[in-house]
Amino acid sequence: MTVAAHGYAPAASDRWRRLALAFSDSRNLLGLVFMLPAAALLIVFLAYPLGLGLWLGFTDANLGSTGRFTGIANYLSLAGDPVYWLSVSNTILYTVIASAAKFFLGLWLALLLNQNVPFKAFVRAIVLLPWIVPTVLSAIAFWWIYDTQFSVITWALKGLGLIDGSIDFLGNGTNARISVIVANVWRGIPFVAISLLAGLQTIPGSLYEAATLDGASSYQRFRYITLPMLTPIIAVVMTFSVLFTFTDFQLIYVLTRGGPVNTTHLMATLAFQRAIPGGRLGEGAALASSMIPFLVAAVMFSYYGLQRRKWQQGTRD
Amino acid sequence: MIGRKAKAADDGGMDYLTSLPRKVVTVYIPLAIFLFVLLFPFYWMAVTSFKSNAELYDLKSGNPLWVVKPTLQHFKHLLFQTSYPDWMWNTILISTVATFLSLAASVAAAYAIERLRFRGAQPTGLAIFLAYLVPPSILFIPLAAMVLKLGLFDTRAALMLSYPTFLIPFCTWLLMGYFKSIPFELEECALIDGASRFQILVRIILPLSVPGLISAGIFAFTLSWNEFIYALTFISSSENKTVPVGVITELVEGDVYHWGPLMAGALLGSLPVAILYSFFVEHYVSSMTGAVKE
Repeated sequence: MTVAAHGYAPAASDRWRRLALAFSDSRNLLGLVFMLPAAALLIVFLAYPLGLGLWLGFTDANLGSTGRFTGIANYLSLAGDPVYWLSVSNTILYTVIASAAKFFLGLWLALLLNQNVPFKAFVRAIVLLPWIVPTVLSAIAFWWIYDTQFSVITWALKGLGLIDGSIDFLGNGTNARISVIVANVWRGIPFVAISLLAGLQTIPGSLYEAATLDGASSYQRFRYITLPMLTPIIAVVMTFSVLFTFTDFQLIYVLTRGGPVNTTHLMATLAFQRAIPGGRLGEGAALASSMIPFLVAAVMFSYYGLQRRKWQQGTRD
Repeated sequence: MIGRKAKAADDGGMDYLTSLPRKVVTVYIPLAIFLFVLLFPFYWMAVTSFKSNAELYDLKSGNPLWVVKPTLQHFKHLLFQTSYPDWMWNTILISTVATFLSLAASVAAAYAIERLRFRGAQPTGLAIFLAYLVPPSILFIPLAAMVLKLGLFDTRAALMLSYPTFLIPFCTWLLMGYFKSIPFELEECALIDGASRFQILVRIILPLSVPGLISAGIFAFTLSWNEFIYALTFISSSENKTVPVGVITELVEGDVYHWGPLMAGALLGSLPVAILYSFFVEHYVSSMTGAVKE
C-alpha cells in the first residue's frame, strides 16, 4: 500500500512538472494566456458594443427597452431627415477645413520649431499645452472668449478701431461654424506640429547641405527633400487628425450644442442628442453607424500610408 | 536614433547662411504669433478666474487683460459650494484605476505579441491597431445600453471598465515599440539559465522598458483625465461626475453663466495634467511621436 502510494506520487508530480514545462515552452499557449486580459476587455467593451451598435441601428430600442427589429426603418427615416443631411455636410465641411488648416499651420510650426531658436526645448514643451489640457476645459475658455458681450476679441478689435459693434460669435450660423473650426484647429495644431517635427528630425542634414551646394533654393529644398521624406509620417498624422476631427463631440457640445438651428451639429453630437437626452437609442445608433464608411476610408488610407513607410525605410517587417 | 545623432552632430548646420534680420522675419515673428495664439486662452482663463465679478463684467474702465484686485472668491465658491472636490476625487480615482488596469493588460499583451510571437501574433497586432481607430463617438450608444443592462449606470466602475477600450490599444501599441528595441539575446541568455517566460518579463523586460512604461502610463492618465463623452453618458448624479462633466453640466445654470467659477474650475481641472506634463515632457513627446512612428 505504502509502496504503491510511494510509487504513484512522484509519477504524478513528474507528470505535472512535464505539463508545466510543456506549457511554458509552448509559446502559443503562453501567448494566449498573456493576451487574455487585454483581449477579454477589448472583446467585451469594444468589439461587442461595436456589433451591438450595428444591431441597435436596426431596432427601435429606447433607453428603457431593448426594442424590436425594424429592418432599415431607422436608416430610411434618416435618409428623409434634412437635419441628418445637414449634420453630414457640416461634419464633412468641419473635417475638411479644420484638417487642412491644422496640416498647413502644423507643418509651418514644425518647420519653425526645427530651426535653431533660443529656449528650443522650452518652446517645444509649451507648444503642446493645448493638446494636453482637457478639451472640454479649454473649450470653456473659448466659450468665454466668444461671449457676445464680454468677448476679449471684440474688445481688442474695438480698441484698435477696426469694428464698431460687437461680434456675435456663436449666434449666427456662419460665425458659429468659423468659431468652432478655429477652436478645433487651435487644439489640433500641437499634435500635428510635434509629430511632424519628429519626422523632420529624422531627415539627415547632409541632404540639405548637398542640395544647397548644388544651388537649390529654400523652396526647392522643401519641395524635393522635406516633403518627400515627410510624406509617410504626414499620411499617418493626418489620418489620425481626420479621424478625430470627424468624430469630434466635446468642442461642439460645449460651444454650441449644435446650434444655432443645427448649423454646427456634427454627426456625433446629433447621435448623442437623439440617443441620450432624446432616448431613441436605435435611431442614434443608426446615425453613429453611418459614420463607419467614412472611418473605414480613413483607415484604409492609414494602412497604405504605413505600408509605404516600411518600404521607404527598408526596415525589417 | 541615427537621425537624432546626425542632427546633433551638425547642430547649427547651415544656420550661418541665414542673416539675422531675415531670421527675425521668417522665424521669430511667426513663432511668437503661434505661441501667443496657442497660449492666450490659458492666460485668459487664469486672469478671469482671479477677477472679482465687478471687474469681470466691466470692459470700459481699465484693461481687461490684467487683474486689478485679485480675489480667490471663485475658487472658494467652487471648493465649498459645489461638488467640485468630489469631481476631482472621482477623476483622480477613475484615471488611476483605468491607467493601471490598462497598463497591466497592455504589458502582457505587448509582450505576447512582440516577444512570444505566438501563432497569429501579427494579425493580433493589427487588430489592436484597428481597435485604436474605433472612436468613442460610435461606441457610446451601445455601451450605454450595456452599462444600463449590467446595472453599472451612474457608477464609477462603468468608466473604469470602459476607458481601457481606448487605453489598451494605445498602450499596447506603444509598448510593442519599446519591447522591439530590447535585444533578443538578453532573453535567450535568461532562457538558457532556466528562467521562465514570466520571470523574463518581470526581471528583464520590464526594468529595461521603464521609460516606455512611464510614457504609456502618464499618457493613459491624461487620456482618461480628458475623457468626456462616456462620462457624460454613463454618469447622472452629481457626486459621481468627473471634472470635465461636472464643470459643464453643473456650473452652468440655465442662461446665467458664472464665468468666474467656470474659469476657476477649468483652471483647476487643467492644472494636474499640466503639472504632470511639466515633469514628463520628454516622455509625452516620445509617446506621442512613438505611437505615430511605429
